[in-house]
Amino acid sequence: MSASVPTTRLQATADAFLTRFAGIKASLPGDKSLRERAAATVRSKGLPGPREEAWRYTQLRPLTDVTFETPLHADVDAQALLGRLPEIAAPHLVFVDGRFRADLSTASSMVRTGAPSFGSGARPDFDPMVALNTMLAEDGVAISVPHDVDGGTIVLASLATGQNGRAIAFHPRHSVNLADGAKLTLIEIGLGDGVYFHNPVVTVSVAHGASLTHLRLQTESEQAFVLSTVYADVASDGTYDSFQLATGGRLARAEIHATLSGPNAIAHLNAAQLLAGSQHADFTTIVSHDAPNCASRQTVKTVLTGKSRGVFQGKIEVARAAQKTDGYQMNQALLLSPDAEMDSKPQLEIYADDVKCSHGATVGELDAEQLFYLRSRGVPEAEARAMLVRAFLDEALEAITHEAGRAAMETAIAHWWDRQA
Amino acid sequence: MTAVAETLDAVQSATEGGYKWGFSTEIEMDMAPKGLNEDIIRLISSRKEEPQWLLDWRLKAYAAWLKMEEPHWAMIHHPPIDYQDLHYYAAPKKKAGPKSLDEVDPELLKMYEKLGIPLKERAILAGVELPEGEAPQVAIDAVFDSVSVATTFKATLAKAGVIFCPISEAVRDHPELVRQYIGSVIPAGDNYFAALNSAVFTDGSFVFIPKGVRCPMELSTYFRINARNTGQFERTLIIVEDGGSVSYLEGCTAPQRDENQLHAAVVELVAMNDASIKYSTVQNWYPGDAEGRGGIYNFVTKRGICKGANSKISWTQVETGSAITWKYPSCILQGDGSVGEFYSVAVTTNHQQADTGTKMIHIGRNTRSTIVSKGISAGKSNNTYRGKVSVLKGAENARNFTQCDSLLIGDQCGAHTVPYIESRNPTAKLEHEATTSKISDDQLFYCRSRGLSQEDAVGMIVNGFCRDVLKELPMEFAVEAQKLLAVSLEGSVG
Repeated sequence: MSASVPTTRLQATADAFLTRFAGIKASLPGDKSLRERAAATVRSKGLPGPREEAWRYTQLRPLTDVTFETPLHADVDAQALLGRLPEIAAPHLVFVDGRFRADLSTASSMVRTGAPSFGSGARPDFDPMVALNTMLAEDGVAISVPHDVDGGTIVLASLATGQNGRAIAFHPRHSVNLADGAKLTLIEIGLGDGVYFHNPVVTVSVAHGASLTHLRLQTESEQAFVLSTVYADVASDGTYDSFQLATGGRLARAEIHATLSGPNAIAHLNAAQLLAGSQHADFTTIVSHDAPNCASRQTVKTVLTGKSRGVFQGKIEVARAAQKTDGYQMNQALLLSPDAEMDSKPQLEIYADDVKCSHGATVGELDAEQLFYLRSRGVPEAEARAMLVRAFLDEALEAITHEAGRAAMETAIAHWWDRQA
Repeated sequence: MTAVAETLDAVQSATEGGYKWGFSTEIEMDMAPKGLNEDIIRLISSRKEEPQWLLDWRLKAYAAWLKMEEPHWAMIHHPPIDYQDLHYYAAPKKKAGPKSLDEVDPELLKMYEKLGIPLKERAILAGVELPEGEAPQVAIDAVFDSVSVATTFKATLAKAGVIFCPISEAVRDHPELVRQYIGSVIPAGDNYFAALNSAVFTDGSFVFIPKGVRCPMELSTYFRINARNTGQFERTLIIVEDGGSVSYLEGCTAPQRDENQLHAAVVELVAMNDASIKYSTVQNWYPGDAEGRGGIYNFVTKRGICKGANSKISWTQVETGSAITWKYPSCILQGDGSVGEFYSVAVTTNHQQADTGTKMIHIGRNTRSTIVSKGISAGKSNNTYRGKVSVLKGAENARNFTQCDSLLIGDQCGAHTVPYIESRNPTAKLEHEATTSKISDDQLFYCRSRGLSQEDAVGMIVNGFCRDVLKELPMEFAVEAQKLLAVSLEGSVG
C-alpha cells in the first residue's frame, strides 16, 4: 500500500486545522474542555486515511490540496445565492459562509442562535469529522420544539459565497430537540460557489411520540468539500424520517447515525445521489436498534454519469435487547457512463434472534428492454432515458410527504438532468 | 413463544453433548522442536529433500511474514497466538511397509474406524496393497498430521494422465509444474496466514489434470490434526488444463484436545480454457467445549483463478467445526465467459466464531458469479458472512447474484453480514440480497401439527434452509454433510 504519502499529507492538513484552533480558541464560545478533548483526538488520530474501514471508499486526499484561509465575514453579499433557494413558505435560518445572518433570517421562539449548539449524542472521540467540528465550531442554532407542539416547517440554509476565490472552511454545529409528542419538518439546504469546506454536525433528539421530518437538499458547489454528520436519537414511539438529495460537492459525504433507543421507534433514512463529472459522493448510515419493536427503512438510489464515483455504506446493528426488530434496506445504483464507479457496503450486525432484517443491493445500467419498449412507442431516446431515471429515483422520493420539500427536490433533480443533456 | 423456549432448551442440551469425533491417537512422532525461525524452515525443507528454489521461496515468505501483522478486521476474538509455542514439523515414524492390516499400528486403524472409513480403504490408507481388479470409487490422499501417509488409486489416475499426489512428492517428481504454479494464485506474501503457510507448509495435495481429461473419479482428502501442539499448514495446488475437469473433496475431523491449535492452510486452483474445478469441503475440526475452551483456529486462504476462457471454479463448503473459522474461498474471473460459484453453509454453536465468505473478482468479459451463503448461529456463537464482488473496468456484461441468509437459534448468538459490492462497468449487473431471521413459529407449528417431533421439525427446517447449498455437494458428501448438520445442532435437529 502506498499509504505513507497521503497519510503525511492528511497529517499536514490536520495540523493546519490544529494551528487554526490554537489561534482562535480563546475567542471560541462554549465548553473549553470539550474543545480541548476534541483537539486531542484530532492531534492523535488526524483525518481518516485510506486504511480506516469506515472511510475505505472515500479518501480525503483531495482536501489536502487546498489551503484553507481565515474567513472574511464583513459585508459578504449573499443576495444572488438567496435567489437560488427554492421557494418554501416557512421561517428561514440563513447561514452565510458558516455564520448566522439574523438580517436574512426569521426569528422564532423555538430557535436559539448566536453560538454552536453541541447537543448530546455526537461522538467526537469516535468520529474524526465530528472531532474536527467540535474543535472548530464557531456558530450554529439550537431548535427546540416543546411538548405536543407542532413546530411546522423550518428551513435551515447554508450559503457559501466562495469569498472571491478565498478557500475557507466552516464547521457549523446545530441541535434539534423535539419534546414528547412534538412535531417538526426541518429542511436543510446547502448551496454555494467556489472552493470551500463545509463540515456541519447536527444532533437530533426525538423524544417519546415525537416526529421529525428531516429533508436535506445538498446542491453545493461542484468544487466544494461537504462532509456532514447527523447523530439522531429516537425515543419510544418517536419517528425520525429523513431524506437527502445530493447533487453537489466535489467530494461529499453524508453520514447519519440513527439510534432507536425506545420501543416502537421508527427511522427512515432515504437518499438519492446524482453525480456527474468527477464528483465523489458517499452516503453512510449506521442504524442502531437498541430497543424492541423498532423499525427502520432505507431506500438509497444513486445515478452516476461521467467519471463520478458513488458510495453507499449502510449498517444495521441490532442489539441483544432489540427483539422484534424490523429492518429493511435497499440500495440501487444506475451507472450511465463507462467511467463511473459505484461501491456499496450494506451491513448487518445482529445479536437478537427474533428479528426480520434484510437488505438488497443492485448495480447496473438502464434496462435495455425498458428503453426499447419506450422507443418502440415513439418516445425519443433522450426522453426515454430521462423517464426511466426519474422512475428509478421515484421510489426514494415517494416517501416524502412534505409537498414544498418534495417540489424542491424534484426541481433540483430536473435541473441536474438538464445540465447533463 | 413455547417453540422458542423449546428450541433454546434443545440447543442448550446439544451444546452440552460432547464432540462425537473427539479422540486422540498415540503414535510415535518425529518432531521438530517448538518455535519458528529460519533453521526450522531449513529443517522442514531438508527433511522433505526439497530443491534450493523452494527453500529460497520459503525463506522469502518467512521474511515477508516477519514484517506483517496479524489481521484484525474479522469479527473474531481470541487470545494472542504464540507462534513460537508450536511445532512446525511432525512426521509419523517410518516403518517398513505392512503386508496386511494385522501389521498396521492398531492405533491408526482405530482412528480410521472412528472416522468411519471402510475397511478396504483403511488398508489402502495404511499402505497395504489391494488385490488386483478391486478399484474403489473414491481416491483418498490421507494427510495424517503433516505427511501424506498413503495415496491411493494412483494407477487408475495415472492411466488417465492425472497426477494426484502429496505436494512434497510433486516437488520431487514434477518440479517444473510446482515451480510454475505455486504462489501464482496466492503469492507468498498475500496475507499474514498465507505467508506463514508458505514458509512452513509441510504437505498437502497436488492435482494436475492434463488437456481434455475429465478426471475419472472424485478426488478426496481426509485431513486430520493429530499430534499435540502441531499446527497444520497444508498446501494444496490443483491445475486443470484446457478442457479438463475435476471434482475434489476435502473433509476434516479432528481429535478432541485441550489446547487451541492453529491451522493455516492454503489452497490454490488454476483453471485454463474450458476447464472446470469443483472443490467441496466439509469442515468439522474440533470446535472447543461448551465453554469455548480448546478448539481449532482455522485460518485458511483459498483462491482459484479462472485463467482461461469459459473456465469454471465452484466452491462448496459446509463449515460446522473449529473454534474460529477465517476463510474466504475466492475466484479471480480472468478468462472471458468464466464462471465462479460459492455455496456455503456455516453452522456455529457454543462459543464458535466463524467469519467466512468469498471474493469474486470479475476481470474478463461476460464473467458470471453466484454466491449462496447460509449461516446458522446458535448458543453463544457469532457467524459472519464477509464477501466482496468486484467488477473491474473491462468486465463487460459481468453478472453477479448474491444471496446471504442467516438463521438465529437462541438470543445469545450473533449473525452478521458484511458484503462489499464494487462496480466499475455500467454493463455489469450485480444483485445482492441478504436476510436474517429465526425459525418461524408458523413453520414449526405446521410441522408439529403434522406429527413431527420438535427435533425433527427443526431439523427439517434447517435442512430446507440449507438445501440450495447441500444440493451442490457430491452425493457421498451430501449425506455426510447432512449428518454433520444434525450432529452440530444435536438436540434441536433430528
